[in-house]
Amino acid sequence: MIPAEFDYVAPTTVDDAVRALADAGEDAKVLAGGQSLIPVLRMRLAAPTKLIDLGKVAELRGVREEGNALVIGAMTSHYDVVRDPLIAEHAQLIAMATSTVADPQVRHRGTFGGSLAHADPAGDLLAPALALDAEMVVHGMDGRRVIPASEFFVDYFTTALRQGELLTDVRVPKYTGWHAHYEKFNRVAQAWSIVGVAAAVQVEGHTIQQARVGLTNMSSVPVRATGVERALIGQEATPEAIKAAAEHAVEGTMPVADGNADAAYREHLAKVLTSRAVTAACG
Amino acid sequence: MTTAAEPSLEVGKGRLRKEDARLITGRTRWTDNISLPGMLHMAMLRSPMAHARITNIDTSEARQMPGVLAVVTGADLADSQGSLPCAWPITEDMKSPDAPSMAVNQVNFAGEVVAAVVARSAAEAHDALEGIDVDYDELPVVLDMAEAIADGADLVHPDLGTNKSATWVFDSAEAGTGGNVDEAIASAEVTVERTFRQQRLIPAFMEPRSVVVDPTGEQVTMWSATQVPHILRLMLAMTLGVPEHKVRVIAPDVGGGFGGKLQVTPEEVITFLLAQQLGRPVKYTESRSESLSSAHHGRDQLQKLTIAAQRDGTVTGLKVELLADMGAYLRLVTPGVPILGAFMYNAIYKIPAYHFSCTNVFTTKTPTDAYRGAGRPEATFAIERMMDELAAELGMEPLELREKNWIKHEEFPYTTVSTLTYDSGNYEAATAKAKELFDYDGLRREQAERRQRGDTVQLGIGISTFTEMCGLAPSRVLGSLSYGAGGWEHGAIRMLPTGKVEVITGSSAHGQGHETAWSQIVADRLGVPFEDIEVLHGDTQSSPRGLDTYGSRSLTVGAMAVLAAADKVIEKAKPIAAHMMECSPDDLEFSGGKFTVRGTDTSTGITDIALAVFAAHDLPDGVEPSLDADATFDPENFSFPHGTHLCAAEVDTETGQVRLRSYVCVDDVGKVVNPLIVEGQVHGGLVQGIAQALFEEAVYDESGTLMTGTLADYLVPSAADMPSFTTDRTETPSTTNALGVKGVGEAGTIASTPAVVNAIVDAIRHFGVNDVEMPCTPMRVWQAIQGGAQSAAGPGSESGGGVGSLDTQGGAR
Repeated sequence: MIPAEFDYVAPTTVDDAVRALADAGEDAKVLAGGQSLIPVLRMRLAAPTKLIDLGKVAELRGVREEGNALVIGAMTSHYDVVRDPLIAEHAQLIAMATSTVADPQVRHRGTFGGSLAHADPAGDLLAPALALDAEMVVHGMDGRRVIPASEFFVDYFTTALRQGELLTDVRVPKYTGWHAHYEKFNRVAQAWSIVGVAAAVQVEGHTIQQARVGLTNMSSVPVRATGVERALIGQEATPEAIKAAAEHAVEGTMPVADGNADAAYREHLAKVLTSRAVTAACG
Repeated sequence: MTTAAEPSLEVGKGRLRKEDARLITGRTRWTDNISLPGMLHMAMLRSPMAHARITNIDTSEARQMPGVLAVVTGADLADSQGSLPCAWPITEDMKSPDAPSMAVNQVNFAGEVVAAVVARSAAEAHDALEGIDVDYDELPVVLDMAEAIADGADLVHPDLGTNKSATWVFDSAEAGTGGNVDEAIASAEVTVERTFRQQRLIPAFMEPRSVVVDPTGEQVTMWSATQVPHILRLMLAMTLGVPEHKVRVIAPDVGGGFGGKLQVTPEEVITFLLAQQLGRPVKYTESRSESLSSAHHGRDQLQKLTIAAQRDGTVTGLKVELLADMGAYLRLVTPGVPILGAFMYNAIYKIPAYHFSCTNVFTTKTPTDAYRGAGRPEATFAIERMMDELAAELGMEPLELREKNWIKHEEFPYTTVSTLTYDSGNYEAATAKAKELFDYDGLRREQAERRQRGDTVQLGIGISTFTEMCGLAPSRVLGSLSYGAGGWEHGAIRMLPTGKVEVITGSSAHGQGHETAWSQIVADRLGVPFEDIEVLHGDTQSSPRGLDTYGSRSLTVGAMAVLAAADKVIEKAKPIAAHMMECSPDDLEFSGGKFTVRGTDTSTGITDIALAVFAAHDLPDGVEPSLDADATFDPENFSFPHGTHLCAAEVDTETGQVRLRSYVCVDDVGKVVNPLIVEGQVHGGLVQGIAQALFEEAVYDESGTLMTGTLADYLVPSAADMPSFTTDRTETPSTTNALGVKGVGEAGTIASTPAVVNAIVDAIRHFGVNDVEMPCTPMRVWQAIQGGAQSAAGPGSESGGGVGSLDTQGGAR
């Protein structure tokens, strides 16, 4: 299929990109890695009048430290996220979840910020961002603002980004010394998650000191499994304790039915996979 | 080290394929990369409705759009498009609706073409689709086969008066080949009855269909991504009334077909008509979504089986009652696909009483037709599932039950209850080898241990001891089944003056490796180097006769024709060799490319003779100056590959996830020309069969819209989803062809599906499970373990991931 006609600009700085976005108006779309947008354009499910390609904005790529946080450029590819030493050391959960995204070709093209801004509830990076209290740094003509992940994901494919705003960086607090696991459940290797569970824990001795758990595709937005977290904190990391805590995984979820799973099965999976993710994270 | 005088044999060598460099790098000619001077581009508007009357089409806006040369609707083509051919009227009273390439008054499935735009560029053609406005008056959809044949059902084609196309019956008592099955069931010590659903599948070939038509020469030339250039040419002539000699069809390199390109398509006809009308070359290439929604689908049957047996395991009767979904129209061989299965339900077993009936049903879905195996995978699945179910009922080891009933190797040739004569086979040998490679006994022990300790992960072992009929086909058998053509194949050899050889074959390769295999065969027969042979195919001008490639027929039929042509070349060369060496033809021996005067070292090479014939200065009297020869081969019988496939599946009982732990298959495809090609066919076949068991299904929603209209939703697996296969062979030569070969193209697909499902059911049978509907999704497996109702995996629309329901109007909204 061939997309409908559109104008195309490829700015080289964030300032130029923001200006291009403002100029283009409401029918503009931002092109990051294109792994979701290009198929949608080709099937003519969307017909933006202008594409603003961020591929040439060098300042949006890469990972750096800023005090107690990592700053991940929105255009950092999944492939680079998976290999990044800072992420491996301070935000292991993000690397683990990213390594399950689609296939190698997609991971080379797709970007961290693109996935988050696309806000597909079956996308694997939303739950880790939420669980880790990431902050979305956005730029618009009115300047810069920071949106916590807990407020960023609004609905299916909908974020708190306003018209004319660009997601530029993601700030992730450092979770140095934490252990993490992303448990993805899907039918074929390159498919989206039916359910996914992101878990990070800080364990001292055998006791779980802190826990962060996020759920993929259990609602129209990623879900923070706070009930599970509360039930884990202070517990010995025993199979029984973890299993009991995982029973809280469905609290606050609103899973839907599709060809792969009905709601009841998704709820069941959320509990089983939470138990497995936490167990794996605890080592 | 071999010498030119004593070349080692080519047949049996695992040669890398000649064609792969160009295919893998894409440095070749596919239909879509053909670009002709003045060529125009076409796009199709497709119905989003499954069943509706077309009340109005307004094309005025589209006609005004940039670059547009023509916009046509069904009304414009009604007089010229004819009806798409169905070559297989299975009964005399079969009901077959008119099948317009472009819908005229009514659409009968979502994806049917309702209009087309021809423009200067493909982008302009697609843009202009949005300028076409179609008004539909919705009709009730017909989606469920059982409901479709109930009294008072809504009708797909009201003028036919019914949704039943035909019912085809075989009964062994009536045919005189066996007993009465109802009596066998009534008097049986044990009967087992099951109903299986063969879900609808999509062939999902890699290269979408594409067609270019050039009307500017004396002949109209059509390039098409087709498996069947010869059939296509004939059918264009018969459908459109164009003189056959004024049409040339070329299938350039074609990126897979799996039966999905065994078709004469609406798109080919429409492109042909528009190119003729405009007097300029026109190209049409479908999108992946168009391919998934409108190219023909496969399978889609409801299978009710009743098997009768004695307590000791002796099978006494088998009754098979099918409903087969035709979709909205009968395409090229649609009605015959389930009928091919009729001969295979008895499989490798001696079944004394057999009854088969199949009712073909119209629905408002995409037409079905051939898909890898075509009727035989369905049959093999059902009988191999039933053998496991019967074994469970009897408390017998399932391999022992099979062995008790199968045809022993010393009983061949064996005529079955469904009238076929199997020429050869050795089920004992293949099974023994497979068991050993699989560590059958060790896995059975592990299964028992896991069950004993209530392990979360349960292990199941699935068996499929399959055979199939392929090498389509003896012409007289096809005639007896009312098929519209014969089953012969044609081949020719051209001896070039420099000693090089052109081989012409009527088989039309689309990924099979004919160029390599045919070169190996001809190299041995003529004694010329492998590299000196070029294989030509897929162009009705260079390979004028043929019946093309499907049904694992190329080697067992097509290569036999080539071999026969090579023998004729040798016979033609003989008197010339005798003349050159001044001896009697009776004193000549031909070996290694040379005629030698018996008892001497005087010899002359066949390539030297080719040069002498070219010069033609000194030939014997009455001998034509040509060594070229052609031959047409009609097989005496089908070919019957068989094998034993064993699958070990781990089922995660907490999630229902299935992991294939090991897969062993020992196939018997007779003599092997190229083991590397055989290995490739088996691997690809296994993946396609396993995909039916675990992943793939064409799902429609309640309005008749295809929900799996992209490859994000229709789950074609990749290597990452497969275990490492252990493949091996036994070699029981076919006795009905000169090389002793059997077909291999479909075997893996036919055999593997039941092996996987049997393994899953075996892993969780102790939970009370005796079936899991395909594809065995984690949810279905988990629900089966829970004892819950089998879910039909109803499609939803709200979840993330995947693309879900598509607008099928060629993207126009």
